[in-house]
Amino acid sequence: MSAPVQATTVARQAGQAAQKGFRLHDLWPPVLTFALVIGLWELAVWFFQIPLYLLPAPSQILETFLARPVFLLRIGLVTFINAVIGCAIGVSLGCLAAALCVRWRVVADGLVPLAVAASAVPIIALSPLMGIWLGSVSPLSKIAVVAVMTFFPTLVSVYRGLVSPTADALMLMRSYAAPQRAVFARLRAPAALPFLFGALRVCATLSMIGAVVAEFFGGPQNALGVYIKTQAGILRTREAWSAILVACLFGLAFYLAVVLAERAAMPWKRGR
Amino acid sequence: MSTPPIIEFDRVNKVYQSGGGPVTALLDVSLSIATGEFIALIGPSGCGKSTLMRLIGDLEQPSSGTVRVKGKTPAQARLDRDYGIVFQAPVLYEWRTVRRNVELPLEIMGRPPAERRERAMSLLRMVGLGDFGDAYPYQLSGGMQQRAAIARALSFEPSILLMDEPFGALDEITRERMQTELLSLWSNATPRPTVIFVTHSIPEAVFLADRVVVMSPRPGRVQRIVLIDLPRPRVFETRESPRFFTLVTEVREALRATENERVGA
Ligand SMILES: Nc1ncnc2c1ncn2[C@@H]1O[C@H](COP(=O)(O)OP(=O)(O)O)[C@@H](O)[C@H]1O
Ligand SMILES: [Mg+2]
Repeated sequence: MSAPVQATTVARQAGQAAQKGFRLHDLWPPVLTFALVIGLWELAVWFFQIPLYLLPAPSQILETFLARPVFLLRIGLVTFINAVIGCAIGVSLGCLAAALCVRWRVVADGLVPLAVAASAVPIIALSPLMGIWLGSVSPLSKIAVVAVMTFFPTLVSVYRGLVSPTADALMLMRSYAAPQRAVFARLRAPAALPFLFGALRVCATLSMIGAVVAEFFGGPQNALGVYIKTQAGILRTREAWSAILVACLFGLAFYLAVVLAERAAMPWKRGR
Repeated sequence: MSTPPIIEFDRVNKVYQSGGGPVTALLDVSLSIATGEFIALIGPSGCGKSTLMRLIGDLEQPSSGTVRVKGKTPAQARLDRDYGIVFQAPVLYEWRTVRRNVELPLEIMGRPPAERRERAMSLLRMVGLGDFGDAYPYQLSGGMQQRAAIARALSFEPSILLMDEPFGALDEITRERMQTELLSLWSNATPRPTVIFVTHSIPEAVFLADRVVVMSPRPGRVQRIVLIDLPRPRVFETRESPRFFTLVTEVREALRATENERVGA
């Protein structure tokens, strides 16, 4: 067997794969598309002379943002923290519920169809109720909305991951007389990891949206959603848009953090 | 045979309850396998080879009759970790490096890390994967993955090795090489494990086994047992010897007899 030759080949492939993992060139198509859309938007606003209160040009939005970046980022941070805390709670409880579903199939039979249905329901509609229960100005009501929003998709996805191991993979564990604990820790949980990160990607985006929109129904003055709603209410569209830009930035940062964590947590996926 | 049987089937039936009514997978199977023997199970697909193997490994229960393994129930033998299993697919855990895949059974059995590591590396060297301990499964070819799976099955020195078409997905050239490698692993192991090797390749069965158990389908029965008296160690030239051809023909005719019987019935 030509093991050494194969070894260097694999090592080289692994190296290439690791480099390919960064995929800088993969960024170009979306960046170009984005630039194109922004450019067209800018042109359209000037060309059709769209009034400022209807739709400001990207350059005007940026200008407004740059006039008070610290203020805007600070109110963005208030909302972002709610989003992160809510997401952490929702995802943790979702994982816990998924684990219980695997342990007791009765729980799964009851909970999983419900969760699938709930994933399709606009949970954001709960916001006013959460306001009643937990205080409309309190961050707790926003955190609760986000937690509920992220709970169901996490439960569904992680449950699917936990039951994804094949009959053969499970039989192998059985042949080692592995205790349930070991089957969970060494087979089901790692098999569910890609599913968890899939859910996290969705939840990262979802939770920033949820936190902002929840604030439309009330919240502290120094929060992004409240600011957007007030400014839009008095037709200060530019100001509202600059706050939306901040929401996008935080949402994107959250998403990227998840992607980086995913890459760090699953080295065996990098080369593919 | 002088050695006492390690595995004994006594009039075993296995009926699966499926959507389309009961399916008799095994009918009245009696079989006794000696310690250290290399048994090949051959027969057309659906004749119950996998079922027979799973009954030994306590992965299925017989509907009637008894299976004894080292004088115990298969369940007890499984709890005593008497079985190493290799499937047609390598079933390596993709999130573990090759070495940690081989360590998996030892980890579950609570062996100390240093011992696990050493054992895994020595096995990987034995199957020609010494340089691949830190690679992930996806970086290996199908044959290399299957070698790792065999190393994993041998890691805890089980006394019985259950192999369900382990080379079925490999190309002919790799397949023949792996057959020779398997025989050398098997004959160098002390004590030598008893091997139940499921295949539907006639030359493979004859090349590897001490006895070839020919099964007939629907319902699965033991049709004939062909004693393979080829000398060991078996080498490349074994496949070219007249005796090899004679035995291949004998197994082939036994298999054809099962077909005729079915057509005639
Ligand atoms: N879990 C099962 N449930 C129902 N029928 C099964 C099951 N496993 C196998 N069978 C049936 O039992 C028969 C023998 O199957 P198997 O042992 O897998 O055969 P082989 O391995 O020789 O191809 C087949 O007819 C198959 O359809
Ligand atoms: Mg089979």
